[in-house]
Amino acid sequence: MNYLHDLSTFLPGIIVGVAGLIVVLIDCYKDDYKGIVGLTIASLTAALAISIMDLFGPTGESFYGMISYGGVAAFGNTVILFGTLFCVLISYEYLEAIDHNFGEVYAMILFATTGMLGLASANNLVMIFLGLETMSICLYVLAGIIKERKTGAEAALKYFLLGAFSTGFLLYGMALLYGATGSLDIQEIAQAASSDLLFVAGGGLLLVGFFFKVSAVPFHMWTPDVYEGTPTTLTAYMSTASKSAAFIAFITIVSRLLPEGTADWSQVLQVIAIATMILGNIIALVQDNIKRMLAYSSIAHAGYLLVGLAAATPEGYSAVLYYLLAYTIMNIGAFGVVAYYERQHGLDLLDINNYAGLGFKRPMMAVMLSIFLFSLAGIPGFVGFVGKYYVFAAAIHADLIGLAIVGVLASAASVYYYLRPMVFMYMREAHKDIPLVKSGWMFKGSLIVLTILTIYFGIAPADLSHLLSSYYSGDWIAQTLIP
Amino acid sequence: MLENYLPIVILAVIALVLAILLMTLSRVLGPFRPNKNKLSPYESGMDPVGEADERYSISFYLVAMAFIVFDIEVVFLYPWTVQYLDAGVGTLVSMIIFILELFVGLVYLIKKGMLDWDIDQFKL
Repeated sequence: MNYLHDLSTFLPGIIVGVAGLIVVLIDCYKDDYKGIVGLTIASLTAALAISIMDLFGPTGESFYGMISYGGVAAFGNTVILFGTLFCVLISYEYLEAIDHNFGEVYAMILFATTGMLGLASANNLVMIFLGLETMSICLYVLAGIIKERKTGAEAALKYFLLGAFSTGFLLYGMALLYGATGSLDIQEIAQAASSDLLFVAGGGLLLVGFFFKVSAVPFHMWTPDVYEGTPTTLTAYMSTASKSAAFIAFITIVSRLLPEGTADWSQVLQVIAIATMILGNIIALVQDNIKRMLAYSSIAHAGYLLVGLAAATPEGYSAVLYYLLAYTIMNIGAFGVVAYYERQHGLDLLDINNYAGLGFKRPMMAVMLSIFLFSLAGIPGFVGFVGKYYVFAAAIHADLIGLAIVGVLASAASVYYYLRPMVFMYMREAHKDIPLVKSGWMFKGSLIVLTILTIYFGIAPADLSHLLSSYYSGDWIAQTLIP
Repeated sequence: MLENYLPIVILAVIALVLAILLMTLSRVLGPFRPNKNKLSPYESGMDPVGEADERYSISFYLVAMAFIVFDIEVVFLYPWTVQYLDAGVGTLVSMIIFILELFVGLVYLIKKGMLDWDIDQFKL
């Protein structure tokens, strides 16, 4: 039956969504029941397994062209579910320790993930909007989970107001595109595209909406405050899974909705990418709070990702996909260690100075943090380097040599702030006796897995990058339908 | 393409001009003789009681939110019931799923005490 076939193409999203509803029901009858986290992990694992199988399955469209499945969509689902799963694994202990382990947190994570999966599979502007809003509304709630603290309320309110504002831009852009082309389907819009003012204005507003969501530079103001006020492991979720989802949809928009020749879209992306890389990295240099430092680093990484988009070649798009996986692995790891350190001291020890001496007191955690930070800085041998290499190589092959030079220089500057925590961990004496508690196996185990993946994909990137570039070869050109 | 929007632009311009014109006219022609009673807030003829920025119980907001949810449910159900015979059985399944999801929300609200108006009993 056609209906069932359509449902089967969106199976990961359905599993996660239904699990979210069940979590809500359980939470009604047994407040903050411990089994909720087990159910969450089980459903995410099942969905992850299915989307990994979809990687090698057929591609196509379902629900009357509303969503696409297989290929890029399947890879997007895999990255999102992978990120979500590991964030939940490290969240449990952390939220218990700071006494905010509500059942609602998991329901919100599952619903947000459903939205992200819809966003990554979207093939229609309505679906993009629906996915983005489902994701954002749940994230606004997650940002304000620590409502007793002013930073939590500030984060939630700031995120909500600016997010709603940016959604307005996005929606206005969609309305103009509909006015210009008479369709909401991405292929049909690309076919009817022209360089008239209505279409270009619509495309521009759509880009502004996405720049907000991925925190690219003139629209990045919310990022540090929101990341600071949100519980650390949920910050990891926000900065990886939601960014991956938004970027997959961004690739869809740039590669298929906005044909070359209607306007110089690549130029727009180049300017924003340069501003994002420079500003993100420079402001990160002077941060003392490690969460704010990672927030600015996340802005800088959005800049590197935009370099791949600006290249506007199949190589660039597959480089962005690789980078998203790399960023998800290493960033969750870094936030995980920060969360480990923070949760034993209340919420106040986020200053980088307090990392003094950690290297000798908790050698394993310190080594893992060092590996994640090396990878974020782009030191060869780790996954972050490979991601950056692909992105900058794509820019050079697309004759954007200036852009690649700015990117490499910005990345070189970033090494300073990534190395600072390591200097404190290994080269300074601990200034007071800080009691350190052991962490549980789930927390430690997931960080170890992330470390192994950071090194594995850094050493052996070839298989995955072949898979990713195969998505954009052959019939991909036929799909874009440039008139 | 853009010409099609001309009537809307004309309408917007007329509305703007008319609004500015009427407001200017009433300001220019109308007499302005204020006194204490005229400037006080209007509460259906009564003397004003209390401050305007009083704090309300959050229960009102919760009821309003729940109302919007079910309002939207009706908005979706109405066109569907009218079109049901043409739309087919698949839409029935979709609607059942949709209503079940809202039902889960309702169960949550009731269980967490949205309808218990005694503020001490809030479990949210």
